[in-house]
Amino acid sequence: MSTETHHKTAVHALDDLPLLGRDLSFHEVTELVAHHTEKKTPTAWFGAFALANAGLLLLVAMIAYLFWNGTGVWGLNNPVGWGYAIVNFVFWVGIGHAGTLISAILFLFRQQWRTAINRSAEAMTIFAVMCALIFPGIHVGRVWAAYWMLPIPNQMEMWPQFKSPLLWDVFAVSTYFTVSAVFWYVGMIPDLATMRDRATTTLRRKVLGFLSMGWTGANRHWRNYEKAYLLLAALATPLVLSVHSVVSFDFAVSIIPGWHTTIFPPYFVAGAIFSGFAMVVTLLVIARKIYKLEDIITIGHLEKMNIIILLTGTMVGFAYITEFFIAWYSGVKYEQYAFLNRAFGPYAWAYWTMMFCNLVFPQFFWFKKLRRSIPFMFAVSITTNIGMWFERFVITVTSLHRDYLPSSWDYYTPTWVDVLTFVGSFGLFFTLFLLFLRFAPMVAIAEVKYVMPQADPHYYDDHGDGHAGDQAAKLARSSHHAS
Amino acid sequence: MPQIFPKRANLLPTLTAVGGLGGGLFVIFFIWYYFSPSYTDVGYAPVQPVEYSHRLHAGQLGMKCQYCHNWVEEAAHANVPPTQTCMNCHSQIRTESVKLVPVRSSWATGQSIPWVKIHQLPDYARFAHNVHVANGVGCESCHGRIDQMDVVQLAQPLSMGWCLQCHREPEKHIRPQSEITTMGYVQPPDYIARNLERIRTEGIQPPTDCSACHY
Repeated sequence: MSTETHHKTAVHALDDLPLLGRDLSFHEVTELVAHHTEKKTPTAWFGAFALANAGLLLLVAMIAYLFWNGTGVWGLNNPVGWGYAIVNFVFWVGIGHAGTLISAILFLFRQQWRTAINRSAEAMTIFAVMCALIFPGIHVGRVWAAYWMLPIPNQMEMWPQFKSPLLWDVFAVSTYFTVSAVFWYVGMIPDLATMRDRATTTLRRKVLGFLSMGWTGANRHWRNYEKAYLLLAALATPLVLSVHSVVSFDFAVSIIPGWHTTIFPPYFVAGAIFSGFAMVVTLLVIARKIYKLEDIITIGHLEKMNIIILLTGTMVGFAYITEFFIAWYSGVKYEQYAFLNRAFGPYAWAYWTMMFCNLVFPQFFWFKKLRRSIPFMFAVSITTNIGMWFERFVITVTSLHRDYLPSSWDYYTPTWVDVLTFVGSFGLFFTLFLLFLRFAPMVAIAEVKYVMPQADPHYYDDHGDGHAGDQAAKLARSSHHAS
Repeated sequence: MPQIFPKRANLLPTLTAVGGLGGGLFVIFFIWYYFSPSYTDVGYAPVQPVEYSHRLHAGQLGMKCQYCHNWVEEAAHANVPPTQTCMNCHSQIRTESVKLVPVRSSWATGQSIPWVKIHQLPDYARFAHNVHVANGVGCESCHGRIDQMDVVQLAQPLSMGWCLQCHREPEKHIRPQSEITTMGYVQPPDYIARNLERIRTEGIQPPTDCSACHY
C-alpha cells in the first residue's frame, strides 16, 4: 500500500459522511454551542419566551376553568366520550418518539449523524411527553381522584384494573418519561462539565459543578459513562417501540369498529416516529439558523431526517390503505361502514386533510432537491404534524360518533375550551424548549467531537508510519489562528 | 483548577438516592396510614345532647338493641329512637333526674333531641342494615362493644377496605342468627366450617363489585 492511499482511507473513513459543514476544530465546536448559554440573553429570546409564557398561562387558565366547572365545558357528547383530550395526548406522545429513537436506536446502529441532533431531539421528547401527560391527568373529571391511576396502597383497598390497556398506558408513558429524562441527563454530563470549566462566575460554576457530578474527563469516568450510556440506550430501545404500541392498545383492545384492528401497534409506532421527526425538523430548521449552527446541524442531517419522514410517512399511508382492505376483506359490515363513513361521512374533511398531509405531501421527498430545500421541508414538517393530529382525531372521533345504535349518532364539535387548551399546551412546550435553548448545551458537544475526523487516531498520521506528520502542526497552527 | 465543592459533597449522590427512594416510600406510608379513617375517625366520640349511657341500658340493664333501634331488621336505616321511646320508661322512672331534662323538654315541646351522628357514611356509599343483620353480621362487628360505652364512639374505620375484608371472606366474620345482638361473642373452634356451610345453604354472596354500594 502506498503512503498516499493509506492516508486517504484513514481520513476518509470518517470523511465519507460530511458530518460537519466545514472543517472545525474541537475548540470551535465547543465555542459554537456553549457560548449561547454564556452570552447575555438576547432580546429576541425574551420576546419568544414572553409569547410562550402567554400560551402557558392560557393552558393554566383553561385547566383552572375546567377544574372549576367539570368536563361539561368540553365538547364531548354521548357517543363521543373521547375527544380533544385523548387526541392531544396521543399527538404529544407521538411527537415524543423521535428523541429516543434518535438517541437510542440510532446509537445502537452506530449512526454517527445522530450526534448533531440528539440532544435537542431528546429535549423535545421530554417536553412533549410532559405536555402529553397533562391530558390524561385533567380528563378524569374528578381530578382529586387522579392518583387512582397509580397502584398506591389506600384505605379503599382499591387497585387499578390491571386488565385495562389504560393502566398499561400509565406505566408505559411514565416509564418512557423516566428513562428518557435519565438518558438525556446522563448524556449531558460531559457537556455540563465543559461549561462548568468555562464558567466565569462562582454561581454558574457551582450550579454547573453540581449538575456535572464531579466529572473530570478522567479515563475511568469515560469508561463508566460510555457503559451507562450503552445500557440506557439498550433499555430505551424497546421502549421506543412499546410506548406507542401500548398507546394503540387503548383503542385496539376495545371492540369499536375502526379501533379494533391488529395493525394498530406498528402503524402507531410508524406514525409516532413520522410526527416526531417532523417536529425535530420544524424546531431545528429555526434553531440552527438563529443560533448559527448550520455547520454542525447541516443540510445533510436535515436530509436524513426527511428520508425517515418519507419512509415512515409511506408506512403510515400503507397502513391507511391496509385498514380499508381489511375492512372489506373481513366481510364485517360494521367494520366496512366505519371506514366508508370515515372517508365519505360527516368527517370526510378531517380524513382527507389527514390523507393529503400524511400520505401525499411527504412523497415529494423522493426528490433530492426538495429534501434539501429548507422552506419546503419546513412546510412539510408543519403539514405532517397537522396531518398526524388529524389522524388521531379521525381515529378517535369518527369511530365513536356513529356507534351501533343509530338513535344515539351525533356530531362532535370541540368547544373554545378544547381548542384553547390545545393551543396552551404549545405554550408549555415552547416555554420549556426555550429554557433548554437558553441554559443547556443544545448540541451534544462531546459526541459531535468523537465523530469528527480529528478523533480518528490515525488522523495526524500523514505518512502511515504511526507518527504524527506535518498536517498536525499545520492544523494546530490553523486552529490557533482561528481562535 | 481548584475544587468547587469540598470532598464531603461526594456523599450527596448517595444521600439523594436514599432520600429520594426512602422519601417516596415514606410519603406513601404516611398517606396510607395517617390519612385513612382508621387513624382519623376511629374513636370519634362527640358530646351528645343527653348524657345517655349504653353501658347502663344495653350492658347492665340488658335491654335488647331492637327495643330502641327497632327498624334495624326491616329497614336500611337503623333508627335513633324518638323521644317517645325514652319516655316509655322515663315517664315513670327517674322522672326528676337532671340528666333527663333535655328529654322531658323535647317531650313537652315536640322538638327532636339533636343527637350527633357518629357512624356517617359518605352519600355515595349505600348501606342497608336489614340485609346485613339477616345474613349473620352481628351488631358488635361494626359498632364494637356498645355495652361497655358510656359515650358511643366509632369502633371501626368504616372505610371501603374495611368493608371489603368481610365481603371477600364472610366465613371469617359471620355468626349464627341467634347471636346477632350478642356482645363479646366468641366464635367456636369450628366456626369457619360452620359459616361455610351456612354460606352454601343460604347462598350468601356478599358482592364486591362497585355497583353493590355505589349506585
